Amino acid sequence: MDDLLSDFLAETQESLEVVDAELVKFEQQPEDDETLNNIFRLVHTIKGTCGFLGLPRLEALAHAGETLLGKFRDKALIATPETVSLILDSIDKIKEILDHLTETQVEPEGDDKEIIALLVAASEGVQSESAPKVVAENPVETNQSTEEDPPVGYDIDLDRELRPGEVSLADLEAAFMAADGPDIEQLAVEADQAKEEEVSKEKEKTEVKPTAEPLKLIQTVRVNVDSLEELMTMVSELVLTRNQLLQIVRKSNDEELKIPLQRLSSVTAELQDGVMKTRMQPIGNAWKKLPRIVRDSAKLAGKKVQLNMSGESTELDRQVLELIGDPLTHMVRNSCDHGLEPGDIRVAAGKPEAGQINLSAYHEGGHIVIEVADDGAGLPTSKIRAKAIKNGTISQADADAMSDNQVHRLIFAAGLSTASAVTSLSGRGVGMDVVRSNIEKIGGTVDLNSIDGQGTTFKIKIPLTLAIVSALIVDTAVGKFAIPQLAVVELVRSTETGEHRVETINGTRVLRLRDSLLPIVDISDITGEAAPESSEKPSFVVVMVVGELRFGVLVDSISDTEEIVVKPLSNRLTSIPIFSGNTILGDGSVIMILDPNGVAKQVSTGEEVEQDTSRDEANTDQNSDKTAMLLFFAGGREPKAVPLSLVTRLEEIDPNKIETSGGRHMVQYRNTLMPLVHASGAPTFKETGQQPVLVFTENGRSVGLAVDEIVDIVEEVLNIEMSDGGPGAIGSAVLKGKATEVLDVGHFLTQGFHDWFERKSAMENNEEPAAKRILLVDDNAFFRNMVRPLLSAAGYDVTAIESTSEAWALNEAGVNFDIIVSDIEMPDDNGVDFAKKLAEDLNWNNIPRLALSALEQHDLEKIGAISAFTDVVRKSDRESLISTIHYVLQSQGEAA
Amino acid sequence: MSDQKHDRANSGPIREFVTLYIGDQIFGLPVSDIREVFHPRAITRVPLAPPEIRGVLNLRGRIVTAIEVRTCLSLPPLEEDNASSMMAIGIEVDDEAYGLIVDRIGDVLQLPERDCEAIPCNMDSNWQAISSGIYRLDGQLLIILDIQRLLGVEPSTEMAA
Repeated sequence: MDDLLSDFLAETQESLEVVDAELVKFEQQPEDDETLNNIFRLVHTIKGTCGFLGLPRLEALAHAGETLLGKFRDKALIATPETVSLILDSIDKIKEILDHLTETQVEPEGDDKEIIALLVAASEGVQSESAPKVVAENPVETNQSTEEDPPVGYDIDLDRELRPGEVSLADLEAAFMAADGPDIEQLAVEADQAKEEEVSKEKEKTEVKPTAEPLKLIQTVRVNVDSLEELMTMVSELVLTRNQLLQIVRKSNDEELKIPLQRLSSVTAELQDGVMKTRMQPIGNAWKKLPRIVRDSAKLAGKKVQLNMSGESTELDRQVLELIGDPLTHMVRNSCDHGLEPGDIRVAAGKPEAGQINLSAYHEGGHIVIEVADDGAGLPTSKIRAKAIKNGTISQADADAMSDNQVHRLIFAAGLSTASAVTSLSGRGVGMDVVRSNIEKIGGTVDLNSIDGQGTTFKIKIPLTLAIVSALIVDTAVGKFAIPQLAVVELVRSTETGEHRVETINGTRVLRLRDSLLPIVDISDITGEAAPESSEKPSFVVVMVVGELRFGVLVDSISDTEEIVVKPLSNRLTSIPIFSGNTILGDGSVIMILDPNGVAKQVSTGEEVEQDTSRDEANTDQNSDKTAMLLFFAGGREPKAVPLSLVTRLEEIDPNKIETSGGRHMVQYRNTLMPLVHASGAPTFKETGQQPVLVFTENGRSVGLAVDEIVDIVEEVLNIEMSDGGPGAIGSAVLKGKATEVLDVGHFLTQGFHDWFERKSAMENNEEPAAKRILLVDDNAFFRNMVRPLLSAAGYDVTAIESTSEAWALNEAGVNFDIIVSDIEMPDDNGVDFAKKLAEDLNWNNIPRLALSALEQHDLEKIGAISAFTDVVRKSDRESLISTIHYVLQSQGEAA
Repeated sequence: MSDQKHDRANSGPIREFVTLYIGDQIFGLPVSDIREVFHPRAITRVPLAPPEIRGVLNLRGRIVTAIEVRTCLSLPPLEEDNASSMMAIGIEVDDEAYGLIVDRIGDVLQLPERDCEAIPCNMDSNWQAISSGIYRLDGQLLIILDIQRLLGVEPSTEMAA
């Protein structure tokens, strides 16, 4: 294509996008001269260039538009929504012609007399005061024309002199326009409908310019996108080569090479950064067309909508930008059409008439978060629920169990976007599954939050770039694979005998994870290749979330995490659904990148998609103030509770299987005898049906706590009031609005363990002469009572005290311990000072000090806890507490 | 495959072929198609890939798809102990790098264009599908492989018809 022409096309396309946005702004603030000047200037430039390049059709259009804008600028005319619509239509027409130009390099046949006439009429409209009056009375037969230009008697539309008695089309339009506003709008709408469906993507668009503000002068150079891509590829190669070099030098220990290599390494990193930056574009570029879309759809729906945008300058990779454009447009349009209520309903609900759509973008830990929020009515929860049940997306039972939030997420499910759903859900959610799958295609996630009567917020999270991702390198029986970390939510170590054991149902693997069953896939199953019999039994489960599906992938081990450069698959391999690309690792080997979406499809053969019910729980897990409690009945209808984190499993046992031996109740459980204790204190086991049992397991030993009925799991801030409710109770707390007795699990554990525990410790005595002594300092009685039995059960001799002064008293008395476990935040004591003092104490300075804290790592550093203590364990993490104690004691033993 | 050269056939153009062996059979590939010859090392197997794809490997920072020519010819793969002598011929089709795994590489032969003969119609259909011609050499027959067809055609596809 002619260079001049292609430059013109690229430039004009950009200018028009700006004009679009500016016009919408202008319509709302007609007094803003700067905006108008900017629009005028841009249109003027387009007109001038068209004339220069010999594009008469475009020139005529731009000229007509410019004339009207000139009238606005000279304050001869006041801009109305109708006239702005008209200009927007002419811009659309220009775009249409431009598209044609792009494809064929010539202007399309035909003319734009109709719209030019409208434009001319509009610019004339107010000037001729007489026209509206007269024409309104009898528009057709009147021959009262307006002023010159076009001259009376010559009709540019008909392209000939007017016959006597004939009225020029332009005049007619002017008359209609002036007489009755909506008519023009009607015409505009018709013109819109006649117009071809949206503008195809501009191929010549090769911009590097970060232009959020059109008036800002930044020197730029136009670079072909292809050369940038090439540059990026080469930098990726460089990164890989550097990684290889680094690995070689690490092995050879060649000092001479090290320094230049370090330099190479840092230069490479800078280069990579720099090139990445050239690919970055402000997200505002993808938003440019949104004001126009919102304006148009709001007009159509007869609503008033205000679109607010923030964070336009947030930059992301242009490849991502291109892919995110369409889903974003869809979501904004959706918010406008269905999210916001009509004005009168809004007013009735006490909201301002104009609806708000807030679009914002910001960075968050290597990701870009885009939020689309409206202040509309929120999602119709009951309708979605009903629809989903009707569609068979979920069962009635599932629907009842789902929270509103979970129901809302159903709009992302494919089943809800069928044609019939359009009517019954009034369109909301249509195509949302497409939006989701488009976003997931680029490794992003989308979530929503809807509050009834207050609005809906969609949150899209997408990676900054597609070229480089951080990945988990895993070993499996059929080789190494990379798993993008974005999809990974947790890693679970699964052992044959431990708490997390992979079980099989009819050949299907599942894992009990907390309170849900997780479908597990083995790569060798998906690949259809028999895994060689490996002796490696302990393996990891990589838990991934794709959309609503949560599943685990069984791998032998995790070997590394690495920033990998994604390389596209060879054509011959793209048909394999479970891979999304391949890459070269630092050691030079090639590995395949697993596609979480592809694997998910393999997992859910059929429609058995496990709803992600544990997400809410996981979210609140991070909230350390709340504790998940398991509510149940035992011996009466007063609710009782235990902390859920202590419960390993919930089981139902056939009462006939309960055996008695020496006055104790046992049940055969997983090939061992598990002692059973009833939570009511008396052995009131059920005689028929199923006996619900809470199983507590520690180090392979289990105790069952039988209850009458499991009621619920609640998450609440625990406010325990201590009571002397006798053995077995810590106190009571208000849970779900009811006073609930919180049971002392330790009491029941020791009851159950009793003789069995003695036998166990006797067994251990062969290796370890005496149980290790632990001093536990914690001001919180609830916590002390929770931890002490656990530690005792793990074979330690525990002394639990509530203050450091008691500790010093024990010190004075010459008592010795193997390890001291202390809380850090105590109201009257300071754990860190305590630890520092301990370090200087003559008797106890050699005892390892372990801190319990709910604080984050950096806060711990701030208060000096890291240096004062041997190790720090999170308060809620009982498993790692025991393993850390074990580890510390062992290393202490080795050091001594 | 090179009509262009056919046009100038009266001057008796010469074509250059790299010869390669699969078992005892000698094959030829036009030199112009070949980018390089290398030892295939550290091939990563790709699960679920078509059978003739042996895997992917890293050749100087580029990911190359290794194609087992034996499988394309419906022959069993080479015994493991002979595998170390295997060679790969690097080619590029549609901007993608491929490595053709062969038993060993022979000489470069210069043969007159006009001596090339059509493939006998009774040859195995899989073989026919990926060959473009045949030369009678002293004591053996040289089958010219067609790279496009070798990469584009599944061995099972019936091309003989």
